[in-house]
Amino acid sequence: METAANTSEIDQGLKSELQKKGIVVTAIQDLYNWGRRSSIWPLQFGLACCAIEMIATACARYDMDRFGAGLFRASPRQADLMIVAGTVTKKMAPQVVRLYNQMPEPKYCITMGACSISGGPFKDGYNVLRGIDRYIPVDVHLPGCPPRPEALLHGLMKLQEKIDSQVIEKTEWYQKGLKREFPVPEFGPNGLNPPYNPEVFTPGQQRPITV
Amino acid sequence: MEHTLSEPTPTLDTQMLEVNLGPQHPSTHGVFRMNVTLDGETIVKLKPVMGYLHRNHEKLAENMTWLASMPFTDRLDYICSMTNNFAYALAVEKLAGLEVPERAQYIRVIVAELTRLVNHTLLIGFLLNDLGAFFTPILYAFREREKILDLFETISGSRMMCNFFRFGGVKQDVTEDFIPRAKDIIQRYPKFLDEFEQLLTTNEILMARCQNVGILSKELAVASGISGPMLRATGVPYDIRKVDHYSIYDRFAFRVPIGAMGDVYDRYFVRILEMRESIKILEQAVREIPEGDFLSAKGAAGAKAPRTFKPPKGDVYGRIEAPKGELGFYLVSDGSPKPYRYHVRPPSFINLTVLEDMTLGHKVADAVAILGSIDIVLGEVDR
Repeated sequence: METAANTSEIDQGLKSELQKKGIVVTAIQDLYNWGRRSSIWPLQFGLACCAIEMIATACARYDMDRFGAGLFRASPRQADLMIVAGTVTKKMAPQVVRLYNQMPEPKYCITMGACSISGGPFKDGYNVLRGIDRYIPVDVHLPGCPPRPEALLHGLMKLQEKIDSQVIEKTEWYQKGLKREFPVPEFGPNGLNPPYNPEVFTPGQQRPITV
Repeated sequence: MEHTLSEPTPTLDTQMLEVNLGPQHPSTHGVFRMNVTLDGETIVKLKPVMGYLHRNHEKLAENMTWLASMPFTDRLDYICSMTNNFAYALAVEKLAGLEVPERAQYIRVIVAELTRLVNHTLLIGFLLNDLGAFFTPILYAFREREKILDLFETISGSRMMCNFFRFGGVKQDVTEDFIPRAKDIIQRYPKFLDEFEQLLTTNEILMARCQNVGILSKELAVASGISGPMLRATGVPYDIRKVDHYSIYDRFAFRVPIGAMGDVYDRYFVRILEMRESIKILEQAVREIPEGDFLSAKGAAGAKAPRTFKPPKGDVYGRIEAPKGELGFYLVSDGSPKPYRYHVRPPSFINLTVLEDMTLGHKVADAVAILGSIDIVLGEVDR
């Protein structure tokens, strides 16, 4: 992920000068990104231990709603963000990919916890998928077992930075007629087929870890 | 698949409806799936599908040292890691014949009972969530959970996955401010319970949704090996803390609350009463805790060099009264640094076996409440 660059073409000095007079000048893109990042609706989707910390983050003490991301939706059709919170087993992986496919664009994904990043402590298990980024693109990796609620908030802020830095015309999901669909793996007697999606994952390549 | 109607009505052309609840569903407490066959809204068949969180816990444990499995037990029932540690430590101590110092016993009981408070409070929050009180009771429950988790963090360094127990004691002594802070929490907890109960226990909606729903008979419960609050709600006074007197539970005065009907309401209310009894145990434990070692010399040697820890040949079954029921570990040792066989008896998996018997004839909305009242955690069900 590139760090949040200020993509606005308006002169910053002029902008702040006008702001003092009570005139707010903004580009349509900044306004659009501001709106998107201030109301990220996560999918209510917990897989394992990390889900409890995710709920704790949504509760009173940490209050994820301060960042506009407190409204957990039970249906993927209404969600912008999928927090993969917990171990993805091979039996569950097709369902996770299917849920991600069902989400409307623009959509984002945070892997919460060591398990969903790489299999974590269970990576030697015969039934554990070693990272959900083998099948779907991941925006923020969030290490920890489980990550503290503060870490999830940090991850969310990083995602907001990413949304802020996106240029609408250039983003993949804004192109005409595009339908991003990730092939759903099949769970058979020999595990998952295919073992990874070559479009989003290359074996042996070091993955960029941002958070 | 062809379906036949239970009561064919000649005028209406109806058929059975198959509904799939889960694995992603807001009320399945994780990745649990139910295949429900409905006649109108009434459940005529329910088939649970498990294995979506099968993390190979048992197989992994057979390939590592005895102590290395301790952090994995945290992740069995991830709401109450301390009691999972307790059961495993108890089983291995029984196998290796290790003594536990007095102070460590008290620390163990204190953290285990605090865990019970956390679990029951959260369960009631989630149960109400399933009944339609979306997120409000959870806010109350998590507020109290955070206080206890702060306490766990001071002694173990982690909020959820404590990994605090060692064979022959605990990892480290509790901090100086632990006992005063625990006392403070214990003193305030009854007030919170009063507040919680005022909102819930006599609430008309809760009573209407829970009473006479999902009745489990005493006979079926005993025959199916049900344990924990679910068994006690049917009226069987069976508590392993009283039966086995493991650790130092014989020193504390507490009662075992039982229900009368075995319905969802009883399961809710037994848990409330159990929390009040836990507070009694905690009050006695923090008053009587002695000074001394937190880990025996043998245990410290084993914790320092886990590969040298080799229990004698044999097998053992150690069990405790976990918040969800009887949590047992069956371990076989062949005298090597790794267990030969490692089996977990998870309470919520066995409690889940009577789900179909309890839900048949009820509406589909009640099935969600009944599932909530069983108190399952998928990390433990699928392992």
